[in-house]
Amino acid sequence: MRALLFLLLLALAGPSVALDRAAVAKLAFGDAEERSVALGVLVAGGDPQAVALLEALSEGEVQSAGERVLIVRGEQAIDAVTGEKVAPLPAEREDVVANNRLRREIENALSALKLLSPDRASRLAAAQALSSGASDAVIPLVKKALAQESDPDIQSLLGQITATMELQSGTKEGRLEAIRRLGESNSPNSKTLLMGLLEKDKTGKFIEADDDVRAAAQASLRSVEAKLVWGEMAGLVFAGVSLGSILLLAALGLAITYGLMGVINMAHGELIMIGAYTTYVVQNLFRAHAPQAFDAYLLAALPAAFAGSALVGMVLERVVIRWLYGRPLETLLATWGISLALIQSVRTIFGAQNVQVENPGWMSGGIQMLSNVVLPWNRVMIIAFAALVLAGMWLLLTRTRLGLFVRGVTQNREMASCVGVPTARVDTLAFGLGAGIAGLAGCALSQIGNVGPDLGQGYIVDSFMVVVFGGVGQLAGTVYAALTLGFANKFLEAWSGAVIAKIAVLVFIIIFIQRRPQGLFALKGRAAEA
Amino acid sequence: MGPIATTISRLYGTRGWIALGVICAVLFIVFPILSLAVPASSPFHVSQYWITLIGKIMCYAIVALAMDLVWGYAGILSLGHGLFFALGGYAMGMHLMRQIGRQGQYQSDLPDFMVFLDWKEYPWHWWNTDQFWYAALLVVLVPGVLAYVFGFFAFRSRVKGVYFSIITQALTFAAMLLFFRNATGFGGNNGFTDFKSILGFAIATPETRMALFAATGATLIGALLLGRWLVTSRFGRVLMAIRDAEQRVAFCGYNTVNYKLFIWTLSAVLCGIAGALYVPQVGIINPSEMSPANSIEIAIWVAVGGRGTLAGAIVGAGVVNGAKSFFTQAFPEYWLYVLGLAFILVTLFLPQGLVGLLRRWRTAT
Repeated sequence: MRALLFLLLLALAGPSVALDRAAVAKLAFGDAEERSVALGVLVAGGDPQAVALLEALSEGEVQSAGERVLIVRGEQAIDAVTGEKVAPLPAEREDVVANNRLRREIENALSALKLLSPDRASRLAAAQALSSGASDAVIPLVKKALAQESDPDIQSLLGQITATMELQSGTKEGRLEAIRRLGESNSPNSKTLLMGLLEKDKTGKFIEADDDVRAAAQASLRSVEAKLVWGEMAGLVFAGVSLGSILLLAALGLAITYGLMGVINMAHGELIMIGAYTTYVVQNLFRAHAPQAFDAYLLAALPAAFAGSALVGMVLERVVIRWLYGRPLETLLATWGISLALIQSVRTIFGAQNVQVENPGWMSGGIQMLSNVVLPWNRVMIIAFAALVLAGMWLLLTRTRLGLFVRGVTQNREMASCVGVPTARVDTLAFGLGAGIAGLAGCALSQIGNVGPDLGQGYIVDSFMVVVFGGVGQLAGTVYAALTLGFANKFLEAWSGAVIAKIAVLVFIIIFIQRRPQGLFALKGRAAEA
Repeated sequence: MGPIATTISRLYGTRGWIALGVICAVLFIVFPILSLAVPASSPFHVSQYWITLIGKIMCYAIVALAMDLVWGYAGILSLGHGLFFALGGYAMGMHLMRQIGRQGQYQSDLPDFMVFLDWKEYPWHWWNTDQFWYAALLVVLVPGVLAYVFGFFAFRSRVKGVYFSIITQALTFAAMLLFFRNATGFGGNNGFTDFKSILGFAIATPETRMALFAATGATLIGALLLGRWLVTSRFGRVLMAIRDAEQRVAFCGYNTVNYKLFIWTLSAVLCGIAGALYVPQVGIINPSEMSPANSIEIAIWVAVGGRGTLAGAIVGAGVVNGAKSFFTQAFPEYWLYVLGLAFILVTLFLPQGLVGLLRRWRTAT
């Protein structure tokens, strides 16, 4: 890029407009202060020749020959002011050295110059780069860019940058004006800036000495916060729904195996893990054999994850769990043993390290709802997916023959058997269904978290809590419980930190179970005593 | 026969007492001689490694015994006994941390981790822990009170079976998260370690090790006799009746809540004592002791040995942990398979455990 610019300049050598000779001289020969001012003057023009000079300066390619300032590359040189070729190189030349401070300012100025680029993306990038700290020299340029800018996102960024800079350096009136303008914005950065003005030092005195400035800042802060508070609430609600949907996905399979069938399956988390690893395998297959269709791998992974986990689940039911029906504590221990063996086999096959599962392209990024709320696509997708799985499961249980059999066997095994329901097969299929749904959950969770052998262990306590809290045997209860726990966790988290929130929720459930052992939605009548 | 003689014959038969006497002789006479008096060059010398390992396993055996009392005799499967064990361990650990004094890395009056967090004084819950008697009181009281309160509410609302198991698991999981936080004041992830002395004796010398070993052995034998005395008494019979048909016992006029609460609290206290003996021997305590996986492992010790037999629990703890130290050294990648298979096979084919197998074999011959 730099080489290109240089060649371009060489080619354009004749007709280009000359730079301000005095400014160039000051930049080359002046003291620190003068150089900084000269930089500002040169940048304000927004001239491509100025860009070349600044880039050359930061690369150490500027030399002086007497009064003339030259950009020298190898054996070729051009005059920095006029842009003309300097044919025989003057013999006596000295390097013009830029110190670190100047280098920083040049860098800053260069990104400011990009603000005038016709390409929106590079303007946005430049504005973002400057918003983390802009030097005084570029103020005029930013103002100029602000006047030209039509894109609202970049406009608000630029407005903030100017306000920030005026806040630091301007006169009292300028600063008050800047504070007023910050109050009109709705970005979280303005809030941070205004809060900075109201900070106290260690002895308890305000760092900002001026009372008027502080009062104005207080007023602006209040108005920014009022705008932000909706965004924060919306963000919190979204986070709650998102966590709720994750809990729901993890617990739905358990709602069948534990809730309906009464099997304490401690290996449920490992069935989730198997779903996640199946997704990983499918992803690798696509990458190796069909890289052009890579974005579609997730669609193929869903049935694969369902089938993989369901298969493992049905084998477990046939080989182990079947012999322990009616002995819940033994089932608990045996399935725990299964979970240990599954964890170790995954470790043996895939290694103990986490594996990489990539999001397909259409799941990255997010929807910008408000200035401080971005809804990431993968979270939105998982909420939708959880709803779909729930709907599918509900249809399966209420509208199909298998669902009817499952409910029949749950309610009265002997009677169901008497009227010809193959109870043993129904048990296997129902367990397979629960396991398959766990596999789907694993596929979804692989998109938002780490995939490792211990993946399932992290969800087992949570998913049991959801099912128990909702009330065993109640699909609706599971849904309410997942959402309630998701919200409770996120709202507490905002207020007390993640770990305490989690502890508080667990303790709450422990106490709740003591008050209502049957969960939120108790089965009524005789079934409750069984 | 006097009342004492009656009690003695009630606990074990002649052969049982002889076996117990032999075990005592091995623990309190043979091991000290082989470890301390026999020179290290002799093939009969028992090294520090073995003393620590057997001491550690005896601590686990106390926990297994406590578990057997509630699970084998009262039918309450706890998945949170690791919590009581760890609480006892932490209480002892606090005392040992204060015994370090200024010998820590930062030469401060405070433990290193507090210096690291820039704390200036001990938090309130460390009050008086430099007194051994107070720490010993905490070892008993903290697990005991927690178990009493938790059990009171749980048993009163008739939470039982799997429900109870799951909420005990949630309890230990919540406690683990709490202890992982640095702000809780128990050293966060790293917990307590680098102990220097106990009751004024340097903690790493063979003599101190042997004393701790003997104390653990004595506690284990004491707990076994206490447990045996309880389960052979009227109390024990009511307990087993509760296990088999709680409602019927309640209709007979017994307050089942009090029976369960007593054995549950006693079991937690035993675990706390085991934890307190474990920490100075192993030299570290951290929140991973509270992980649900650790607690559920306790159940498999009891199941392997045989539920409702007390001696079986001790055998089970020894067999499983012996296998664990063998496998984790020789074939670390196979240990989880072995443990997993043990869970599955024992529940499917050995509901009475090893002791049951032995009994069946004895009646067959």
